[in-house]
Amino acid sequence: MSMINYASREINCKIVYYGPGLGGKTTNLEFVYNKVTPSSRGKMISLATETERTLFFDFLPVDLGTVRGFQVKFHLYTVPGQVYYNASRKLILKGVDGVVFVADSQLERMDANVESMTNLYENMQEHGLDLTRLPFAIQYNKRDLPNAAPIPDLQAALNPGWPVSEPARQRETPDPAHPGELLVYQQDGQWIERAPYFEAVAVSGEGVFDTLKAISKLVVKSLG
Amino acid sequence: MSGGASSWSFAEADAVRIQGILTEFLRDSSARTAFIIDRTGQLIVTTGEPPQFDATTFASLAAADFSANDQLARLLGEPEFGALVHQGEKESMYLADVAHRVILVVLFDNRTTLGLVKLRVRTAVRDLTAAFAELFAGRDGARPTRIARELVGEAEDEIDRLFGT
Repeated sequence: MSMINYASREINCKIVYYGPGLGGKTTNLEFVYNKVTPSSRGKMISLATETERTLFFDFLPVDLGTVRGFQVKFHLYTVPGQVYYNASRKLILKGVDGVVFVADSQLERMDANVESMTNLYENMQEHGLDLTRLPFAIQYNKRDLPNAAPIPDLQAALNPGWPVSEPARQRETPDPAHPGELLVYQQDGQWIERAPYFEAVAVSGEGVFDTLKAISKLVVKSLG
Repeated sequence: MSGGASSWSFAEADAVRIQGILTEFLRDSSARTAFIIDRTGQLIVTTGEPPQFDATTFASLAAADFSANDQLARLLGEPEFGALVHQGEKESMYLADVAHRVILVVLFDNRTTLGLVKLRVRTAVRDLTAAFAELFAGRDGARPTRIARELVGEAEDEIDRLFGT
C-alpha cells in the first residue's frame, strides 16, 4: 500500500522479492546496492543467520529522486526463502505494492519453486491481496547453469497465466521484454494473462535491473 | 478481497494535527523524539530532536520488530502486545500500537523514566487513535490523486535513468 505523504512530500512504494531458498533474492538486492549511485540508495540491512541465510528480511531503500516536487522512494525487501520461515515471510508481505518472484532455474529446484509460488499466492490471500491484480514479475535466475530448465517448462510450471475477466483488458498485449510473445492472449476462447518474466544471472547482474525496472514501472503505474 | 494495493495519502493538515499531539506528549514526558511509522515500515512523521541515524532503516526495522512481536503475542494466546519496550543503558525506546494501522515509537534517555513515558503515552495514543481513525475513515480506498496520475510518466523516465535503459 503506497503512501503519498503531502506533508513530507514523499511517495514510498514497497517491492518484495519472493522465492525459494538460495534462489538469489539477496543477490539481486546486493547487486542493486553495489551498482546504484550511492546518493540514490540508503543502507542495506540484512537480518541473516551466521551462515548468511536470510532469517527475517533484507532491506534496501532506493531513492528515485524528485518527481513533480515529490521524493519517490522504493523500499526493496527480500523474504527468507526457507520453508520453515513462513511466519516471517508473511509479515514482510504486509502492505506490498509489487512482487518479484525469483525462481531458481535449476531442474532439481522445480519443486521448491512451485512450492514457494503456491505459498506466495496463499500468503497474499491472507493479506486480502490478489496477486493477479497487483504489479507482479517473475525472474528466472541462474540461467548460466548447465542444469537450467528450459524457459517454456518454467513458464508452464510457474507462470501458466490467469483468466482475464475485465473486457477492457481482453486484448492482445505484446510482451515488451520478449518480441513475438504476448502477456495477454486468447487460448481456447478464453483470455489469459501472464506475469512478465525476465531471465537473469543475479551473481553477475544480468537481468537484475531489467527486472527491477519492470516492477518499479508497474508499481508507479498502479499509483495513477 | 481487495484487488491490489490501494494508496493512502497524508495531508499537511493531518501532519499538523499529529505533530501537535506528539509535541505535547514530548513536553509532558521529557522524551527526546517521537515517530509515527506505518505497519508496512514507512516513516510518516518525526517530532522532537532530529535522529542521528538513518530514519528510513529505523522505520523498517521498528515495524518488523512490532509485527514479529504481534505474532509472538498471538502464539501466546494474547490478541496483541499493545506496547513494547527496549531498554538500553542510556537510550531506550517504547513502541505502541495506534488504531491497528500505525505505530508510535518514542526515543527517550535518562532525562526521564520509563514510568513517566508509559503514563504519558496513554493520552497520546488515545488522541492519535482518534486522529488516525478520522484520517483513515475519510480516505481509505480513495481514488488516486491528480498528482499521482501526473507523476506516472515522469517517474518512468526517472526509473530508466536510475536503473538503466
